[in-house]
Amino acid sequence: MRSRLNALFDALLPVLATLAALGVGAVMLLILKVNPIEAYAALWDGAFGSSNAFAETLVKATPLLLVALGICISFRGDVINIGGEGQMIIGAILATWVGLTFTGLPGWLVVTISLVAGFLGGAIWGGIPGVLKAYFSVNEILSTVMMNAIAVQLMNFLLRGPMIDPSQAELASKIPQTARLLDAFRLPRLAPTRLHLGALIAVILAIAVYILLWRTTLGYRIRAVGQNPNASRYAGIKVQRYMVLALLLSGAFAGLAGATQVFGVNYRMITDGSSSGFTGSAGFNGIVAALFGQLHPLWSIPASILFGALLVGANKMQRVVQVPSALVIALNGLVVVFVVSSEILRKRRQRRRLADARQEDETPPPTESGESQIKQAETGA
Amino acid sequence: MISDLFSVTVLIGILASGIRLATPYLYAAIGETFSQKSGVLNLGVEGQMLLGAFAAFYVALSTGSLWLGMLTAMIVGALMGLAMAYVTVNLHAQQGISGIGFYLFGLGMSDLLFQKLMGNVETVKGFPKIYIPGLSDIPGIGEIFFSQNILVYGAYLLVPLAWFVLNKTTLGLKIRSVGENPDAADSLGVSVARIRYFTIILGGVLSGIAGASLSIALLNVFQQNMTSGLGFIAVALVYFGGWRPVGVLGGALLFSLINSLQLWIQVLGIPIPSDIAVMMPYVLTILVLVATVSRVRSPSALSKPFEREN
Repeated sequence: MRSRLNALFDALLPVLATLAALGVGAVMLLILKVNPIEAYAALWDGAFGSSNAFAETLVKATPLLLVALGICISFRGDVINIGGEGQMIIGAILATWVGLTFTGLPGWLVVTISLVAGFLGGAIWGGIPGVLKAYFSVNEILSTVMMNAIAVQLMNFLLRGPMIDPSQAELASKIPQTARLLDAFRLPRLAPTRLHLGALIAVILAIAVYILLWRTTLGYRIRAVGQNPNASRYAGIKVQRYMVLALLLSGAFAGLAGATQVFGVNYRMITDGSSSGFTGSAGFNGIVAALFGQLHPLWSIPASILFGALLVGANKMQRVVQVPSALVIALNGLVVVFVVSSEILRKRRQRRRLADARQEDETPPPTESGESQIKQAETGA
Repeated sequence: MISDLFSVTVLIGILASGIRLATPYLYAAIGETFSQKSGVLNLGVEGQMLLGAFAAFYVALSTGSLWLGMLTAMIVGALMGLAMAYVTVNLHAQQGISGIGFYLFGLGMSDLLFQKLMGNVETVKGFPKIYIPGLSDIPGIGEIFFSQNILVYGAYLLVPLAWFVLNKTTLGLKIRSVGENPDAADSLGVSVARIRYFTIILGGVLSGIAGASLSIALLNVFQQNMTSGLGFIAVALVYFGGWRPVGVLGGALLFSLINSLQLWIQVLGIPIPSDIAVMMPYVLTILVLVATVSRVRSPSALSKPFEREN
């Protein structure tokens, strides 16, 4: 009973963190002389007010969830992947290239190959920083940030030159975009809204990532390396290889997110010169969603929906009460800060629990040795 | 056209703008050097810079005083640093991720305030060039080094100053010991928390100046997300420079010179796609990181929260 309560408390922490962030947001709204209740009501209405609104929320949540799944893998492996933006872009480029090249093949085949291509593109873009970290000890936070910048320029170059829409190439405006995909290559819609198959794929993959992390040797080793690389090394795990794998898989899911944006939403790639112009910052917001879901693939599903809702609702809020939707980006930042800050509460409770248990049965307390941490990883705490 | 690149005027232009463009990197990266030396990885630099850039610009625009703008940017940076310090030192939050949180906060807030308070892009008359008497008359050299604005000079003076503080003062010794072995420092009576508060807030102030240098000294305009990754590059430069101010200076110069070369290539219409040219500094940074990182050791306690053993 008590452990149930504890688990409930742990699960509630991120919710409390969000409420705290919304509270700060309310103060900011008051300073901007906007009624916060009115603003948040507009936000809610924009995200959940109609079936179309809810579908938009899910459409927005789809890339967040896919990126978040990758983040679950890499952060569990103690590898920080900030390269989601670049990985999405490269995945999308590769997928788009497949979609525009193999126009003679049946639709289902091309869509499948394209999504796989997106997965691979992201894997390459995540794998490079992985190799650099594991074998050249280049900090992955920095290399992934650099890889983001490189990916953006690569996208701009390709969309202005080699991959430009042939009809735009003839015009003076030369809008940097690719040609439109054939109608047959679109991801099928799930309802008479913009909701597409990508959302379902993302949810299925969330279950797959859960199984990967807690029911396979690969996942176990990634987590073991994340918890204690030294102990893992003694246990015979090739630490470097699993570091690379963690980043590579993480990138792959982001790449898939990029591909689903093209095949499910835009049906072409277009750039405004920045990364967020294509990704909508999903590469960053996916990190937020994953953290919010406590780096658990299944909890990342509701977390992604929540942030999808915030992003979609923010547009409505901007229209109704004239508060720039940038407010929501700032609030997302606060949610991250509050969630990581509230970890201390969880740790304190955990320590107290251990102390209580010690008093109760007078067994020696579990030491923080590598072995016990590995066991902990195995049981999936 | 390629030969245009090697004319004296163009070379002087490239060097002069290279020297100038290094300014924001220097302020931000030197600030980050201090916090990393004390064991704190601050990834929120970009957010601090954006808020600093906006604060400086807005205050300068509405009061007409550039110095008041600078001061506001410093205060804003300090407050962001204070928040970061509380979260990472007192609450032991994971540094890398809380930095991302502060980045998103700065990104959103600066955009929100810009749209609410200004709405459209305006320009200010930034800090004027100061011609150092005598030196600025030297042909070439004068234009490159001695005809810059005050924030540029300040950035280069900061480098030896940071070196001196870190290596020749008691404060510097404390900062380094807290970053290398906080337990030992603590047992000798150095307050780990106080030192880290100091370095993180100092980093925030310098990031604020870095932002201000963009908005009221170099570009003289504020736009949404105007730093576009510059703050993250500054963090990379700290690794690049091996946690030494002189190394950071080298990295900043290399990066800004390539950037300015790239700008001139576009100005002269040399047929290298501009996107590829813009990409070059990033590719180069990765290559240099590969070549150098394994030689230099990072501060041992970097990104580890300090908890006193009972």
